[in-house]
Amino acid sequence: MASDISKLGLDVKWQDLTLGCTIVGSSTAEEFNTGEWRIDTPKFLKDKCKQCLLCAPACPDSAIPVVNGRRLDFDLDHCKGCGICEKACPFDAILMFKGVK
Amino acid sequence: MAIKERLSGNEAVATAMRQINPDVMPAYPITPSTEIPQYFTSYVSNGQVDTVFIPVESEHSAMSACIGSEAAGARTITATSSCGLALMWEVLNVAASDRLPICLSLVCRALSGPININCDHSDAMGARNTGWIQIFAENNQEAYDNMVQAYRIAEHKDVMLPIMVCQDGFITSHAVENIELLEDDVVKNFVGEYEPDHYLLKDDESIAYGPYAVTNYVMEARRAQLEGLRNAKKVTLEVAKEFEAISGRSYGFFEEYRLEDADLAMVIIGSAAGTAKDAVDALRDHGIKAGILKIRLFRPFPSEEIAEALKNVKYLAIMDRCEDFNGSCGPLGAEVRTALYNKNLHPAVINYCYGLGGRDVTVESLTSVFRDLQKIQETGNNGEFYRYLSVRE
Repeated sequence: MASDISKLGLDVKWQDLTLGCTIVGSSTAEEFNTGEWRIDTPKFLKDKCKQCLLCAPACPDSAIPVVNGRRLDFDLDHCKGCGICEKACPFDAILMFKGVK
Repeated sequence: MAIKERLSGNEAVATAMRQINPDVMPAYPITPSTEIPQYFTSYVSNGQVDTVFIPVESEHSAMSACIGSEAAGARTITATSSCGLALMWEVLNVAASDRLPICLSLVCRALSGPININCDHSDAMGARNTGWIQIFAENNQEAYDNMVQAYRIAEHKDVMLPIMVCQDGFITSHAVENIELLEDDVVKNFVGEYEPDHYLLKDDESIAYGPYAVTNYVMEARRAQLEGLRNAKKVTLEVAKEFEAISGRSYGFFEEYRLEDADLAMVIIGSAAGTAKDAVDALRDHGIKAGILKIRLFRPFPSEEIAEALKNVKYLAIMDRCEDFNGSCGPLGAEVRTALYNKNLHPAVINYCYGLGGRDVTVESLTSVFRDLQKIQETGNNGEFYRYLSVRE
């Protein structure tokens, strides 16, 4: 009954839940695909991005990965589609698509 | 060899607890269950058990400590009554949904108010929908035997749910009766070690209990919990069979007493069933076909089996030792009727509220219930569906 948290998505059947919804293991949040909860989806326009990095700290869920001082495309497994990054971007390099999962 | 003794129900249950030797007991005293932790602390002080006893500041804390302890991997036990159980209510639900096989010895007592310390089932019935397994005893022997079997049911991997072992306050808890105890090592071997797959203090593995479930998971979580509870039926029978092999005493979901050819029957829980059997014997001596179905397992409710056992009964009285404030029936009344309806069985049914706050339940008063059933048989008129027994009016 040990949990493979990546399999506990929104379509999980009751038979496949862990006992008492317990989560075995630590640092498992990364493996849990909370991006499924999203109803609006951001798009990263790479050509418009100046790499100012104002978006990354504005994200409440670490869904904008930054590697070697540069942001990469969205981590859609964890982005909840809140749209805060779109408002934080001074260069219109992030566009929100309403109702797109 | 069985040990002949004479013990009160509380002593009997405390003795079973000593033989089980659980890891942790958090408890807070309340009449009439106080003696259980009281006896148990002397076992702790005398070195007869290895249990860590935790004196807590309330029953809410007692059950919370039970949850923490059980999640840590320790076999955990507690005891309470009445308002103590009511104060636990919030955390009773958590214990069940976290799938922690805690054992609680409930000595049934009226809930306030009016404040009263005597027996009825309003505490147990108030907790009937918390997800706990509930098992009831008629006498001290059954209270002891149920306690010995409790962890085997609760800790079964297909169940993993907390269990409430119920007996009647004062009537069984404080009355001394002859009893047959099992030897310590027989109980120890029967109950075995608690070896959960996962627990908080397990080496090299971490685990989170009780995580938040967003809306999308709660129905599935409840459904999974229900499956564990349903599985407790099969396990209860398997454990009873094994228990019979070591004790010679047989148990099921319920006891049928002279029920097989009964036209008139009574469904009842707890100590009053013994009185009802006397009433039935006397009625049988007069050629009246009366019988009893005494519930042992109340949660999960053995609905289909109860309907099957009552299928030939024509006039039925269902006895509730609590007021459910439903207006038309008590909890047992509602559930037995549902069981019958689902099987397309339609005997004439009356439901009684009886024995509240320790009101005497006598052979005479229970005989009067059978007389009421006979009256329906004679007149064809059901009369009031929900009645009070022995109430002054």
